[in-house]
Amino acid sequence: MKTPLGNVRGLGSAHAGTGHFWLQRLTAVANIVLVTAFLIIVVSIAGSGHAEIVAKLSNPFVAILILAAFLSVLTHMRIGMQVIIEDYVHTEIRKIALLMANTFYTIAVGLIAVYAILKINFGL
Amino acid sequence: MVELTLPKNSKVTEGKVWPKPEGAKRVTEFHIYRWDPDTGENPRMDTYFVDRDDCGPMLLDAIIWIKNKVDPTLTFRRSCREGVCGSCAMNIDGLNTLACTRGIDEVKAPVKIYPLPHLPVVKDLVPDLTNFYAQQASIRPWLQTETPAPGAEWRQSRHEREKLDGLYECILCACCTTSCPSYWWNSDRYLGPATLLQAYRWIVDSRDEATGERLDALEDPFRLYRCHTIMNCANTCPKGLNPAKAIAEIKKKMVERQL
Ligand code: SF4
Ligand code: SF4
Ligand code: FES
Repeated sequence: MKTPLGNVRGLGSAHAGTGHFWLQRLTAVANIVLVTAFLIIVVSIAGSGHAEIVAKLSNPFVAILILAAFLSVLTHMRIGMQVIIEDYVHTEIRKIALLMANTFYTIAVGLIAVYAILKINFGL
Repeated sequence: MVELTLPKNSKVTEGKVWPKPEGAKRVTEFHIYRWDPDTGENPRMDTYFVDRDDCGPMLLDAIIWIKNKVDPTLTFRRSCREGVCGSCAMNIDGLNTLACTRGIDEVKAPVKIYPLPHLPVVKDLVPDLTNFYAQQASIRPWLQTETPAPGAEWRQSRHEREKLDGLYECILCACCTTSCPSYWWNSDRYLGPATLLQAYRWIVDSRDEATGERLDALEDPFRLYRCHTIMNCANTCPKGLNPAKAIAEIKKKMVERQL
């Protein structure tokens, strides 16, 4: 039998959250620029042949821009998804499993993107 | 997981239709949530008819009229009847508000009245505010200082005092907190708009010496950062305050002390 105040105090403050809050705003701003640039690239290569696409994506500016766009969007997506999970999933074990899956998914998508760009650029 | 439907024993059923006042010319229909913990029955919506020529202009006047003239078992809280005590907060026509400061003619008939949402119900329109009050207490809503108290008052400039405007007026009615979807899902860990507005009221008080400790206690993914700026709180506050803005100011201070 905990008192109401005891319940509210719970395990105390986590002294965290501001990092995510700031990073979410930072990546939101970065996304505006990077996603616009990414879309321009996609439109410009749409309908071209394989050789032409490889040539365009081999430009270091284009390659770095695409990598930056993935990094920013994925970071933003991961935090956003984490917020949704924490909002709606209240069973501790399920919540932890989903938070793990969220992280793994983000890293997997990121690695695939990095690998693809490196392969195109350096023919690994 | 979040529950989107009411449990079986909380489903609201059709209730009694109480007789119309005899000989009344101007009548307004009211549908009011009723639940009695002693009967074991489901909650129900009762229908009442209020004689407007025998009753004051506000919604609180109407439910007092019903209690006096029709059904003495109707249970609700009220005290000041002028928007100062915060006790008559309820959900009227879909909006959390004070029954005493809202006119009967300001809402469309039939007038639907429920208790504040997403709180345990004690009886009829009386919700259990235990957790809400404990959350208020948890942020220590009083002046904290270490400097020995001056012989007279703690001094504050006119400009410093103005920073408390829009904050000190809060009457703790809980309209905002119970309108907040984030609070509905996480009221065990999220402090909610009313408590955070109160926390900010002490954070910006120039006389307070515990600003850092106050921010420390709030810096938490649930206590503070469950606010997603949905703005329901600002839309519903019957005193016209803006808890969402106060919360945004707290977040700004959090960033400010890190960058
Ligand atoms: S702005 Fe924040 S506190 Fe206000 S209703 Fe939205 S989530 Fe709740
Ligand atoms: S901020 Fe407004 S709605 Fe919220 S408790 Fe205070 S007076 Fe009520
Ligand atoms: S009775 Fe006091 S606020 Fe309505």
